[in-house]
Amino acid sequence: MPPIPGSGLAKGLAVTLRTMTRKSVTAQYPDVQPDLPPRTRGVIGLFEENCTVCMLCARECPDWCIYIDSHKETIPAAAPGGRERSRNVLDRFAIDFSLCMYCGICIEVCPFDALFWSPEFEYAETDIRELTHERDKLREWMWTVPAPPALDPAAEEPKEIAAARKTVEKQAAARAQESTPPGPAGPGTPRSAGPTPAPGAAPAPEARPRPDRDESGPERPTGPGPDRGPGPDRPTGSGSAGPAGPPPGEGDPA
Amino acid sequence: MNDALDVAVRLLVVFAVFLTFPLIIGQAEHKVMAHMQGRLGPMYAGGFHGWAQLVADGVKFAQKEDVVPAGADRRVFQLAPAVALLPYLLVLVVIPIGPGEGAVGQVVDAGIFFVLAIMGVSVLGSLMAGWASANKFSLLGGLRTAAQLLAYELPMLLAAASVAMAAGTVSLPGILNAFEWWWLPWQIMGAIVFFVAGLAELQRPPFDMPVADSEIIFGAYTEYTGLRFALFLLAEYAGIVVLCGLTTVLFLGGWHGPMGADGLGWVWTLLKAAVLAFIVIWLRVSYPRMREDQLQRLAWTVLVPLALAQIALTGIVKVVI
Repeated sequence: MPPIPGSGLAKGLAVTLRTMTRKSVTAQYPDVQPDLPPRTRGVIGLFEENCTVCMLCARECPDWCIYIDSHKETIPAAAPGGRERSRNVLDRFAIDFSLCMYCGICIEVCPFDALFWSPEFEYAETDIRELTHERDKLREWMWTVPAPPALDPAAEEPKEIAAARKTVEKQAAARAQESTPPGPAGPGTPRSAGPTPAPGAAPAPEARPRPDRDESGPERPTGPGPDRGPGPDRPTGSGSAGPAGPPPGEGDPA
Repeated sequence: MNDALDVAVRLLVVFAVFLTFPLIIGQAEHKVMAHMQGRLGPMYAGGFHGWAQLVADGVKFAQKEDVVPAGADRRVFQLAPAVALLPYLLVLVVIPIGPGEGAVGQVVDAGIFFVLAIMGVSVLGSLMAGWASANKFSLLGGLRTAAQLLAYELPMLLAAASVAMAAGTVSLPGILNAFEWWWLPWQIMGAIVFFVAGLAELQRPPFDMPVADSEIIFGAYTEYTGLRFALFLLAEYAGIVVLCGLTTVLFLGGWHGPMGADGLGWVWTLLKAAVLAFIVIWLRVSYPRMREDQLQRLAWTVLVPLALAQIALTGIVKVVI
């Protein structure tokens, strides 16, 4: 059946009339802030406590827009007769956002979780040189990094947390075994937490956030030494502290 | 003395309507067009949903330099906006919005003739502008305006003649006094022809070939700046007011309404005119611009035969009754 003459004209009128009755899609940006999705690529924040000056980000950056200066410091031996250790100290960390193309490779490549995406995007400047954000400014952006989006309810447990939990369980079991026959470790400590240790309620070593590991050069010996002692604790260090309140951006399971 | 005062008040009221109604329609166009396209339209000027946008536009236009091109025919160039705008003011004087002597600026016996003749004059403004600008795009726009005027004046006149035949008078209040509700279906064909031809004469989209900005800049108005340009735009919107008012009076029964004409007649007139103005905007948003040859074909092969058929129908019914 051929279309009725003029039906196309009527259809055109209907479309515009229907659009008029709908809510318009205009975003009134300066008045209303946009509702950005998680993982928005606004600006890059630097969690400098985590940075070890490994230079991976600067080397992988396709635009070469990351500038890092550092020097080495020697740390005296912790214990008498021990070996001196050297560590890198960050002098300058800058990202030139006039060059940055927001690919996020630096963030992907950082093995120590020192770089994070922040959704903030209102940092336009009138002078292009001001777009080079120095270390302090990059550290300030860290406060705007949102908590990582929650996993799906039925999702697999993140590897770091699984590893941390396993270690805690193992330690707790070992301590329980130790303490049961002779009982020299003090009467009250392990027994109650022993059988079913939850990751959050774990004893001291696991509750510590990871930044310690990097800046802990001088402190390591003076830190909670006795707890750090046993070997199996090590892997936990690279896992995050799980659900217990980390600093912003900490514990990103990805 | 009293007569002079009466005339002064009437002219003042007509002038006030002439200054405000086009702005109201222009603002409505801003907002309706925006929402039909999923936008918001002006939101800042004046605070509440940009109600003062056109006032702001007027201030802006007034501040701009008024340039007359060196090669232009100076006097004609400067006169053209006034020629385009003033006829609509004159037409407004004779459009009745309510029953009785009080609701019309001046009763003219040959109202239809007066109105159509004066509206034809306003197109001269575009022709003058097009010719005097010494610009090829202006000239093209002016010629297109002329062709459009020739093509669409005829069906407009014929449609108006049909109503005059039906009423047996050419006076606008006289036509309204003779109006019966069944004229609505009787004269519907003529109404459509009149409205469409009027749109074309105002060069409103989809009949805006003479000012097609994507091909001939802005037609006859290309060389205009500042206040004179604003006057041309104002003329377009004043033209919408006049066209909607005339269509209401001639075909939709003016002050006649379901609840009677006593005291509320002018509300009916304004309401009908407002609906027509909305349709003018609606058509602009919905349809793309017609090509020059399509424009001519629509006038000569559709509108003129339809208008003639309407006259024949009017004549037959008139004889039978």
